[in-house]
Amino acid sequence: MFDFSIVTKWFHSLLCGVMPEWTAIGIECLIVLLFIIVLYAILAIVLIYMERKVCAFFQCRIGPNRVGKWGLLQVFADVLKMLTKEIIKMRQSDRLLHDMAPYFVLAASFLTFACIPWNKGLEILDFNVGAFFFIAVSGIGVVGILLAGWASHSKYPIIGAMRSGAQLISYELSIGMTMLTVIMLCGTMQLSEIVQQQADYGWNIVRGHVPAVLAFIIYLIAGNAECNRGPFDLPEAESELTAGYHTEYSGMGFGFFYLAEYLNLFICSAMAATIFLGGWAPLMIPGLDGFNAVMAYIPGFVWFFAKAFFVVFLLMWIRWTFPRLRIDQLLSLEWKYLLPISMFNIILMALVVCLGLTL
Amino acid sequence: MGKPKIKSIPYEEFKDNETLEQMLDELNAHGANVVVTTADKLINWGRSNSVWPMNFGTSCCAIELMAMGAARFDMARFGFEVTRTSPRQADLILVCGTITNKMAPVLRRLYDQMADPKYVIAIGGCTCTGGPFTKSYHVVKGVDKILPVDVYVPGCPPRPEAFYYGMMQLQRKMKIENFLGTVNRKEKDEHKEEAEELQKKIINQEQEA
Amino acid sequence: MTLDIRTIAPSELHEEMLRLKTERQMDFLVNLVGMDWGEEGLGVIYMLESTRTGETATLKTVTADRENPFIPTVSDLWQIANIYEREVYDFFGIKFLNHPDMRRIFLREDWVGYPLRKDDKTEEENPLRMTDEPLADTTHEYFLKEDGSVGVKENTVWGKDEYVVNVGPQHPSTHGVLHMRASLDGEIVKKVGLVLGYIHRGVEKISESMTYPQLLAMTDRLDYFSAMQNRHALCMCIEKAMGLEVSERVQYIRTIMDELQRIASHLIYYACMTMDTGALTAFFYTFREREQLMKIFEDNFGGRLIMNYNTIGGVMYDILPSFVKEVKEFEKALRNRFKEYQDIYTNNVIAKGRMVGVGTISNEDAISLGLTGPVGRASGWKNDVRKRHPYAMYDKVDFTEIVRNEGDTNARHWNRMDEMLESLNIIDQLIDNIPAGEFQAKRKPIIKLPEGCFYQAVEASRGELGVFIESKGDKTPYRVHYRSSSLPLANAMDTASRGQKFADLIAIGASMDFVIPDIDR
Repeated sequence: MFDFSIVTKWFHSLLCGVMPEWTAIGIECLIVLLFIIVLYAILAIVLIYMERKVCAFFQCRIGPNRVGKWGLLQVFADVLKMLTKEIIKMRQSDRLLHDMAPYFVLAASFLTFACIPWNKGLEILDFNVGAFFFIAVSGIGVVGILLAGWASHSKYPIIGAMRSGAQLISYELSIGMTMLTVIMLCGTMQLSEIVQQQADYGWNIVRGHVPAVLAFIIYLIAGNAECNRGPFDLPEAESELTAGYHTEYSGMGFGFFYLAEYLNLFICSAMAATIFLGGWAPLMIPGLDGFNAVMAYIPGFVWFFAKAFFVVFLLMWIRWTFPRLRIDQLLSLEWKYLLPISMFNIILMALVVCLGLTL
Repeated sequence: MGKPKIKSIPYEEFKDNETLEQMLDELNAHGANVVVTTADKLINWGRSNSVWPMNFGTSCCAIELMAMGAARFDMARFGFEVTRTSPRQADLILVCGTITNKMAPVLRRLYDQMADPKYVIAIGGCTCTGGPFTKSYHVVKGVDKILPVDVYVPGCPPRPEAFYYGMMQLQRKMKIENFLGTVNRKEKDEHKEEAEELQKKIINQEQEA
Repeated sequence: MTLDIRTIAPSELHEEMLRLKTERQMDFLVNLVGMDWGEEGLGVIYMLESTRTGETATLKTVTADRENPFIPTVSDLWQIANIYEREVYDFFGIKFLNHPDMRRIFLREDWVGYPLRKDDKTEEENPLRMTDEPLADTTHEYFLKEDGSVGVKENTVWGKDEYVVNVGPQHPSTHGVLHMRASLDGEIVKKVGLVLGYIHRGVEKISESMTYPQLLAMTDRLDYFSAMQNRHALCMCIEKAMGLEVSERVQYIRTIMDELQRIASHLIYYACMTMDTGALTAFFYTFREREQLMKIFEDNFGGRLIMNYNTIGGVMYDILPSFVKEVKEFEKALRNRFKEYQDIYTNNVIAKGRMVGVGTISNEDAISLGLTGPVGRASGWKNDVRKRHPYAMYDKVDFTEIVRNEGDTNARHWNRMDEMLESLNIIDQLIDNIPAGEFQAKRKPIIKLPEGCFYQAVEASRGELGVFIESKGDKTPYRVHYRSSSLPLANAMDTASRGQKFADLIAIGASMDFVIPDIDR
């Protein structure tokens, strides 16, 4: 597998050769920032297009097909339109908080986005408590949503925001628990190390067998809830709360929430791919050396995106199939079922690891 | 700016091209520099291909709107994909069904809540003129009495194809707008002053209270 | 065939009504019609029916005072009378003594005059008002003092510290412009109040200046999902009054069309129910089958939604030769898809959690609230007009009345699902034996009905839809009243959703499946 850190190290030494180190780091930071923003935008556009086509497929429709070939330019048109739309300022809203809220949500999604290991040696934020950092910064999003609901000075948004607060905080527990399961299996919190181990010893979902599969399923459910997507889309339940916490946002304010929703979906899937499905590690089947050699030839980021988009598809499938839960059902699902199961799962994983029962 | 094009339908097949050409002439007479018109074209392309209608229906025509969203007619193909339920996020209000005296202020408020640029299509006989209920004491005789209407689609209720025709007419209209230049095509809202006065009055009342 | 109406003085009304309810078990208030008889005064016509014995009774009461008309309320006997009496107050200005909530319900609270009175100058006094509608939080109750004079007291509807959320008039799940004011305690609904009239088009008033054939245009637009049945009711009512016999072929066609319309309506119900509970994909599935049905409708009579098919004495066009084949194809397709609907939604564990035990209405409440149709039948009340007062071909075909006893959202949902299959059964029995004959009976070009009151009910898609006509022997009716099938359903929202979650309010609303123009008329 090609190690991308060779390129970055070479680039760093090249810059250091012509300028002092602090300017070199400054320039690198700018490049990385640009990289994140561009990737973020591209992924959002791809995901929105994908969502429309996938949901059209499930609903016996065609989906966008008039704007550009196969409707490929549809999302660009949407973005252009949203950029030129009026941003409404309301008289009785708390202006500062109201304007700040979308940026909290964006910030949370950017920070989590930066944690993802794209390829071997291609990580932006990678340190020894990476998984912990990931959970911590994803919590900022709740603040944004609560602010959006509160500052709008309107009844539907506040109900949506309160629902959202209850939902996100509850399901974060399950996410934490399932990630802890994997961390116990790998013995490290560093995301790049977790992937490296999977490349060496096989994917976690295979290596950890029963507890890992259990954790994967719980992660998918809780992750879906974290992204506010159906059947857990209560905070913006269209048929109940018109548009939930972002009812009063127009133009790009709404656009940011919309983007963040799709990116959170991707981040959730990417994290599932990273910690359970081996991240950039290729599919290796012991004994089939020829097959393994071919697989190893495919670049790591292709593997990573393939896995992430597979999980995205799964989540979209779920979204477009199930009816929405009610708030009490949602909370009892988490507190009565998912959390106890994932706690039990941690013990199971501990036993598996201690007794050396991993595959 | 040139004549607006709609994919796979020739310009001549549309009716009422005169109004559009008149608008075009008006626009072209004022002139604008090359950069601005190119940017305008891009923006208009974006806007006209992403018209999100608001989920608004009062009676029968709304069911045909539902049918239009469903599999056989599938309005997502044209970029009318996302029916927003919040007026703040919608671009277009399809007035589907009779508007009564009691509903009129509500509709006007919904329209005021929408973010610019916003468009109105009057769907069905009732919204165009009052339809079979013109004699009623409680029906607004034509929604243009309270809102500036861009396109009228008659019928009781119009077929989904007629909806499309109306929406494509609107797309054509949007394509010859002027966003960055001097004259904005967007037709004047005759009732705007009235609405603003009313709003001011309400604000004053609130402040006094 | 005029109605046999007994007149009672207002002072004896309440006692007599109580007697009828307790002794003769008249526990179902079918209809309550406000009337303006000009010189004679203002009054109300009550139509009662016993759910046990099937007996019916019609009573009327008149008060000569046009300035301050008072009639005692019957809302303490039948819950549905509460909203009917508010309607009468709104249109005729009759004040009901001891009625707890005398607010306008259809018109704006600052409306001047009472539009359905014959002497009202509505247009002059009520220009289009663009100011926000005033919504009072308090209401008046009129009561008789001991000395015989009328006193007024103020009742509070919405307290100062209640968190009232306006669901509607523009809301994705009210299926139109219903305005529900829900008082919430967190997520729990404490109380629901209705504000109606956002699509009140004054059909009953316009009808008074129309000839009988012109009247037909209005019914399709009331409850557009029961367009066929509505018009069937009106045509039957006029035919009954004229003494016109329609051919057997017409009876067959009308029955088949009614059932097809019922299926189309229930398909839409399924779509709305799934959309309101968040299963967006299932929404599209029934629309696919509905389009097939729409095509049959369109081929045969040109309309998709508003059909304008039934006429006085027959139907507008004869059916096409391909009709039988197409209906059979549709039937086959629907039966095949039926399992799919249940797989994707009804049997889903989440959907069950959202429906079972939610919004329960007891049998007594259902009768008292006048909930006819699938909703009433879900509470164990056998109220099918097709069985109670058979019309058209319904006494000759063999079908079962779907009744469930749970009274919850799930029962209402399944009732509709089963009714679709039952409708297919009815069509099955009729489709192959449509007799030859004329599709339009011969009649005079100008229709005049004999003097009297006429009432005809049909089982529309969402319950009993009745047409009440009072004629003075002219070309135009003196008074037309439609017994709306949706108004009681909307009125039951308060009973059904108290103590439930806010999300349930939406699900219950969807399971009631009301159509707003039918409520407001």
